[in-house]
Amino acid sequence: MIENWPILSILIFLPIFGALLILLIPSKIDQEGKILKNSITNIKLVSLWTSIMTFLMTLLLSLKFNYTEKQYQFLEFYEWVPSLGIVYRVGLDGLSLPFILLTAFLVPICILCSWNTIQHKIKEFMISFLILEAFIIGMFSALDIVVFYIFFEAVLIPMFLIIGIWGGVERIYASFKFFLYTLLGSVLMLIAIIYIIDTTGTSDLIQVLDYDFSKTEQLLLFLGFFFSFAVKVPMWPFHTWLPDAHVQAPTAGSIILAGILLKMGGYGFLRFSLPLFPDASLFYQPYIFFLSCVAIVYTSFVAFAQQDIKKLIAYSSVAHMGFVTIGIFCFNTQGLDGAVFQMVSHGIISGALFLAIGVIYERTHTRDINKLGDFATTMPKYSVFLMFFTLGSVGLPGTSGFIGEVLVLIGSWKVNPLVAIISGLSLILGAIYMLRFYRKISFGISENQDKYEIHDVNIREFMILIPLVMFIILFGIFPNIVLNFLKVPHFLVLETFK
Amino acid sequence: MYNLIIFLPLIGAVLSWILGNRFSSIPTYIVSISCLFLSMIISWIAFYDIAILKNNFEGASLPWINSGEFRALWEFNFDTLSCVMFLVVNTVSAMVHLYSVGYMSHDKSKARFMAYLSFFTFAMLMLVSSNNLLQLFFGWEGVGVASYLLIGFWYNKKSATSAAVKAFLVNRVGDLGFILGLIFVYTYFDTIMFERIFELAPSMMDVSIIVFDNKFNVIELSCFLLFIGAMGKSAQLFLHTWLPDAMEGPTPVSALIHAATMVTAGVFMVCKLSPLFEYAPNVLTFITLIGALTALFASTIALTQFDIKRVIAYSTCSQLGYMFFAVGLSAYPAAMFHLTTHAFFKALLFLGAGSVIHGLSNEQDMRKMGGCFKKLPVTYILIWIGSLALAGIPFFAGYYSKDMILEVAFASDSQIGYFAFICGCLAAVLTAFYSWRLIYLTFHGDFKGNKSTYDKIHESPLVMLLPLFILAFGAVFSGWFFKEMFIGVNWDYFWSNSIFILTGNDAIYKAHSVPKWVKLLPIVLAIIGISIATVFYVLIPDLPSRVSKAFRVLYTLFYNKWYFDEIYNYLFVKPIKKFSVFCWNIIDKKIIDGMGPNGISSKVFSLSKISSKIHTGYVYHYSFSMFIGLALLTLILLYNLQVK
Repeated sequence: MIENWPILSILIFLPIFGALLILLIPSKIDQEGKILKNSITNIKLVSLWTSIMTFLMTLLLSLKFNYTEKQYQFLEFYEWVPSLGIVYRVGLDGLSLPFILLTAFLVPICILCSWNTIQHKIKEFMISFLILEAFIIGMFSALDIVVFYIFFEAVLIPMFLIIGIWGGVERIYASFKFFLYTLLGSVLMLIAIIYIIDTTGTSDLIQVLDYDFSKTEQLLLFLGFFFSFAVKVPMWPFHTWLPDAHVQAPTAGSIILAGILLKMGGYGFLRFSLPLFPDASLFYQPYIFFLSCVAIVYTSFVAFAQQDIKKLIAYSSVAHMGFVTIGIFCFNTQGLDGAVFQMVSHGIISGALFLAIGVIYERTHTRDINKLGDFATTMPKYSVFLMFFTLGSVGLPGTSGFIGEVLVLIGSWKVNPLVAIISGLSLILGAIYMLRFYRKISFGISENQDKYEIHDVNIREFMILIPLVMFIILFGIFPNIVLNFLKVPHFLVLETFK
Repeated sequence: MYNLIIFLPLIGAVLSWILGNRFSSIPTYIVSISCLFLSMIISWIAFYDIAILKNNFEGASLPWINSGEFRALWEFNFDTLSCVMFLVVNTVSAMVHLYSVGYMSHDKSKARFMAYLSFFTFAMLMLVSSNNLLQLFFGWEGVGVASYLLIGFWYNKKSATSAAVKAFLVNRVGDLGFILGLIFVYTYFDTIMFERIFELAPSMMDVSIIVFDNKFNVIELSCFLLFIGAMGKSAQLFLHTWLPDAMEGPTPVSALIHAATMVTAGVFMVCKLSPLFEYAPNVLTFITLIGALTALFASTIALTQFDIKRVIAYSTCSQLGYMFFAVGLSAYPAAMFHLTTHAFFKALLFLGAGSVIHGLSNEQDMRKMGGCFKKLPVTYILIWIGSLALAGIPFFAGYYSKDMILEVAFASDSQIGYFAFICGCLAAVLTAFYSWRLIYLTFHGDFKGNKSTYDKIHESPLVMLLPLFILAFGAVFSGWFFKEMFIGVNWDYFWSNSIFILTGNDAIYKAHSVPKWVKLLPIVLAIIGISIATVFYVLIPDLPSRVSKAFRVLYTLFYNKWYFDEIYNYLFVKPIKKFSVFCWNIIDKKIIDGMGPNGISSKVFSLSKISSKIHTGYVYHYSFSMFIGLALLTLILLYNLQVK
C-alpha cells in the first residue's frame, strides 16, 4: 500500500507542515518585550524534530532506492497547466538523491547551530529555514522545467530573508548584490524556458529530453541557462556576490549557502544543460575550462589575501567549485563522478568550516584573522576539529575532499592535460591559504584574547561537529557510498554524447 | 595476522588520544608503546617468514574508489621490499616511542605527541605496504601531515609553526608532481595497480606522446613526474629547504621522521617502481645527477652549521643523495641496504643529540657546548658509534652500505657514474669531517656556555638510553647482518620479484669486482676527514676561524645554505603575496565589482540624478520647455512645407 503513496511530495511538504505548526505556537510577549521562554523552546524543538524526520525520511528513500534502475523512481505526476503543457512531475534518480540527502543532513545541523545564536524573531527564522528546506528538496526532485524554475527561484526568497534580517551590519548591500547577480541569470533562464515550451509544447523534462534542438537553438538556449547556473556555482567572474553574502549571513545561512545553494548550479548543468544541449556543451567546453581554471588559480590567490576568515572560506569555495565545473564538462565518467562527489564533499567540508567559524565568532565576535589566535591552547578540542576540516579542504587523501579532486584531475587529463595541470596547482595554492588560516587561528598569539571568555566546545557543538568529521572521513575511505548512486545517471548522461 | 602490523599503530594512536584526554599519561604510554612493540615483533616475524623463508601472504583488500573503469583498492602487499620497510619503520618507531617517554617528560601534551607519532607510523606503513599508486599517495600525504603536525608540535613557537607550514608546502610541490605522474600513468596504462603497470611496462617502452610540439616518451615522463614527488619527500636538491627547518620539531620526531623513515619514502618509492623506472634511462641519469649533487651540496652546508640538529639534518640530506644515486645507477638493493643501515645509525645520532640537548636544558647551539663528555659519558660513546657508522669505518653498519654504493658508482662505468663517484668520495671526506667536528665541539674542549648550565648537565634516564643501546646495536651490526641478504651474491633471490633490474644495467654485479683501491678508498677518505677535523678542532683550535677568513666567499655561501631560502623567498613567496593582494584589491574589487553590480547601480543612480534635474517643479520651466517644443514642431512643419 505504501508504494502508492506520494512519498516524495510528502517529503517536500513535510518541512512546510512543520513551519505551519510553528506558526500555530503562541508567541506571547512578556513585559520586557521578549517571547516566553517556553514557546521559544517549543519553536526550536518543533523545527528540530521536523528536520530530523525529514532526514529520516530521505534515509528511508535511499534505502528503498534501486541503484540499477534506469528510470526515475518515486515518480509523481499531476496535470497542472495543460494548455501550456506544464505538469507537476517529481521523481528521483541517482543524481538528485545525494543532494537531497545532503540537504536533509545539513538542515538539522543548521537548526542546532542557531540554537542560541539567533536571539530575535526566532519563530520567523525557523519558519524561513524550514520553508527553505522544502524548496530545496522540491528543486532537486522536480522533473518539469517550470516546476524546477519555480523552486529554483523560490529558494532565494527565504535566503534573502535570512541574510537580510538575521545578517550582519552590511546585510542590505550583500543581499542587493546577491539579488542583482541572480536576477541577470533568472531573466535569461525564463526566456529560454519560454522558448522551450513554445517549440516543444511541453515543459515536462522527460518529453523535452526526446526533442532534438538544432545547433543554433542549443547554443542560445545553453547560454540562457548558463548564466543562471554560473552565478549559483559561482563561476569566475560571477563570484563576487558570494563573499559578501557569506560574510553577512548568519552561520546557519552560510552553511546552507555553501553547502546547498552553490550546488544548485552544478546540479542544473548536469540535469539540464548537458542532456538537453549536448552539442552546445561540447562547443562551450573550452570556455568553461578557461573560466574554471581562472577560478581555481585566481580565487586561491584572492583567498590568501583575505583578512576576514569567512571571506577566505568563501573564496576557497569558488576555487573548489571550479573543480566541479571542470569535471562536469569533461564528459567522461571520472569527471562527472568527481564533480558530483566534489559537490557533496564540499557541501560537508565548507559547511563544517563555516560552522567552525561560527563557533569562534560566538565567543570572540570577530572574524579578523589577525585578531584571532592560540585556539590550540584555549580550545584544544575545537582546534582538532578545525584541523580535520582544514585537511579536508586541502584535499588530503583519506578525507572526502581528495576523492573529488583526484577524479576530476583524472577526468580532465583525458580531455586536456593542461587543464589538469593548472587545476592541480590548487594542491599547492589551497594548502597555502588554508594552512595560513589554520596557523593564524590555532597557533600564534591572539591580541584580544583576555577580553573574551573562551571556553572549549560544549556538548551541543560537539554533537554537531562529530557527524561532520565522521562523514568527511567515511566518504574519504569509502567513497563508493556516493559513487554507487551516480553510476546509472552518469551513464545515461554520457549516452547523449555518443 | 600480518595486517595487524599496519593497524596496530593506528589503534595505538586513537586509543592514546582518547585516553590522554581522560586520564594521566601512564595509560597513554602503555597503550601506544605496547601497540608499537607488538607491531614491531610481528614485523620481525613477517620479515623472517616472507623475506627469508619466502612464504606468501595475501594481505587484506577492500574497494576504495570505483568510477567507471577507474578502480582503486585498499590493499596490502607483503613482499620482501615491504617487509624490509616494516622492519625498519617499526623498529625505529618503537625505539622512538620509548625514548619519547623520557624526552617529553616535561611536556604538557604527551598524549598528543604519542598519538601523532603512532599516526605517523600508521601512515608510513600504509605507504610501504600499498599495492597501487593511489594508496601509496595516501600514505605519502599522510606522513606529510604527520610531519607537519609534529614539526609544529610546539605551536607557540613561531619558528616551529612556520617551519611546519614550509615543510607541508614544499612537500606539496613534490606531491603535485606525484599526483600528475599517477594520473599520467593511469591515462596510458589504464590502471594504477603495480602488478599491471609492471606487466605493461616493457610494451610501453617505445610509446611516446607529443606535448607542445615536443615528443616525450610516456614512461620517461611519468617517471620524471613521480620522481619530483620523491625529491620533495626525500629533500633532494631544490626541494630540500624544508628539511633543516623541520628540526624545530622535538628531537624524537627528527629521528623518526626526518632521518630514519619518512624522508626515505622517496627512495623506497623508486625501488618499488623499479620495473617502471628501469625503462626510463634518462630519468635514471637525472636521478643520479640530483642524488650526487645533493650528497655533495648538503655536506658542504653541514660543515659550517652550529646547530647540532641542523648538522645532522644536512647529513641526512646528503646520505639520501647517496641512496638516490645508487638508485639512479640501478643498484636498488644497495640503496635499500644503505636506507636500512642509515635508519639505525642516523636515528641513533639524532636521539644521541637529543640526549645532549635534553641534558643541557634544550641548548642546541654547539658554540655553547664543549667538554660534555665527562658529564654525558654514555651519550658520548653512543654518538661515537653513530659517527663511526656514518663515516663508514670498517665493520660498522655504514661501512658496508656506503662502500657498496661507491663501488657501484665506480663500476657503472659511465660518465654519470664517475661523476657520482667523485661527488660521493668528496662527500665522504666532508661527512667524516663534520661528524668529528660535531663530536669535538660538543664533547671536547672547554664548556662555553653558562657555568650554571654546566652544573645542571645530567645523563639521560634509562628509558632514553635503552632505545639508544638497541639502535647502537643496529648501527654496529645491521651492516654485517644484512649484507649477505641484501647485496650478497644471492641478492636477487632475497629481493625475489620486488626489485627489478633490466639486463644491461649491471653495475651491481660488477661492483663486486672493482679494483682494490676503490674498495679501500672510502676508509682512507673517512680517516682523512677525521684527521682534518682533529687538526682543526683539537690540535690547532684557531685554524677554523683562519680558514673561514681565508675562504670567506665560500664560507658565507655554505654558512647561508647557498642562499636557497633567500632566492625562493624572492622568486616565490614575495610575488605570491603581492599578486594575491593585487588580485583582491584591483581585479576583484575595482574591475569585477566596479563594472559589475556596483558599476550598474552607480550608473542607474547617476542617470536617475540627471533625469530628476529636469523635474524642477517651477511652472515657468515647464512652460518654457513647452514653448521650445512647440517652436521646434512648427519649424519641422515649415520645413516639410517648403520641401513640397
